[in-house]
Amino acid sequence: MIAAAAFYFFAAILIASAAMVVSARNPVYAVLFLILAFFNAAALFLLAGAEFLAMILVIVYVGAVAVLFLFVVMMLDINFSQLREGFQRYAPVGAAVGVVLLVELAGVLGSWKFAPEALSLRFAPNNAALHNTAQLGKLIYTDYVFLFQTSGLVLLVAMIGAIVLTLRDRDPNSARASRRQNVAAQVARRKEDTLVLVEVESRAKTQEFFKPLAPALKDAGHGDHGHDHGHDDHAHGGH
Amino acid sequence: MGMTTGTTTTRMEAIDMLAVGLGQYLAVSAILLVLGIFGIFMNRKNVIVILMSIELILLAVNLNLVAFSSALGDLVGQVFAMFVLTVAAAEAAIGLAIVVIYFRNRGSIEVEDVNLMKG
Repeated sequence: MIAAAAFYFFAAILIASAAMVVSARNPVYAVLFLILAFFNAAALFLLAGAEFLAMILVIVYVGAVAVLFLFVVMMLDINFSQLREGFQRYAPVGAAVGVVLLVELAGVLGSWKFAPEALSLRFAPNNAALHNTAQLGKLIYTDYVFLFQTSGLVLLVAMIGAIVLTLRDRDPNSARASRRQNVAAQVARRKEDTLVLVEVESRAKTQEFFKPLAPALKDAGHGDHGHDHGHDDHAHGGH
Repeated sequence: MGMTTGTTTTRMEAIDMLAVGLGQYLAVSAILLVLGIFGIFMNRKNVIVILMSIELILLAVNLNLVAFSSALGDLVGQVFAMFVLTVAAAEAAIGLAIVVIYFRNRGSIEVEDVNLMKG
């Protein structure tokens, strides 16, 4: 009974927040309601016994996708009130399509049942001895390993695609130019271009080289010599 | 769902109707799907909300897969829900990248005037 109450609670919040996602005036609020919807969907997954998927939903959707949405919404400088102009105009069409779809789905919902042999056709029956994550791992890394690899490839392609799409070439002469490796310039580099031979007189004060620069000399006189250069004087004493 | 057992008093039936089964999950995911499609129709100008509506639709699909997996005791539904999740994440990344470069080029994200490739 508690599980049923929890289901209705989470389902109500899920549907309410999904409605807010599509009707919120400010897209930032829409993204925040999307995060709430994902959390409640994760709770529903948990109630259905899919613990691993619930955690993945929280990590991947809330942690990555929703935050990505939030970044993009806040990064783009958009006049959002202008984007709402067509809302009233499209409302009748959207409502009509939604109602038709809902009626069709309700018609489907009441009029089907499992085939009698459905239980014997299961690919991977639930094993009560193992917990959900272990069972999924046993399945993914054996029977569905190619699909698993393919989904990794999909993620790789998406990552490369997003980088390629958004990487822009700035003017190489500007101050904000992206620093690229120029292989030809590196290979053609000669010793004279980069190294300078400096004449160092013998018995130089080697301590001077590593001395940090004085912050700001207020008076150039030698009056405060004792405090600032005390260490220096001490080194000279050895000579 | 509403299976009546032996003594069929109306109160027992009401409690039985409220018990959570596959039907309740399917109803929730159907409503979620309709809300997502409704969102695509309503926010014709704002690509970001359209992408969020697509995420809602994919979430409804995932809810369906998990509900059937739980009802049948078959784990393959959860495996496929995970793959759907992967594709949804990839789709969101690519879609938002396209939104960013479109905004960079045009200064707006209104989808209605995306007909540059019409010729």
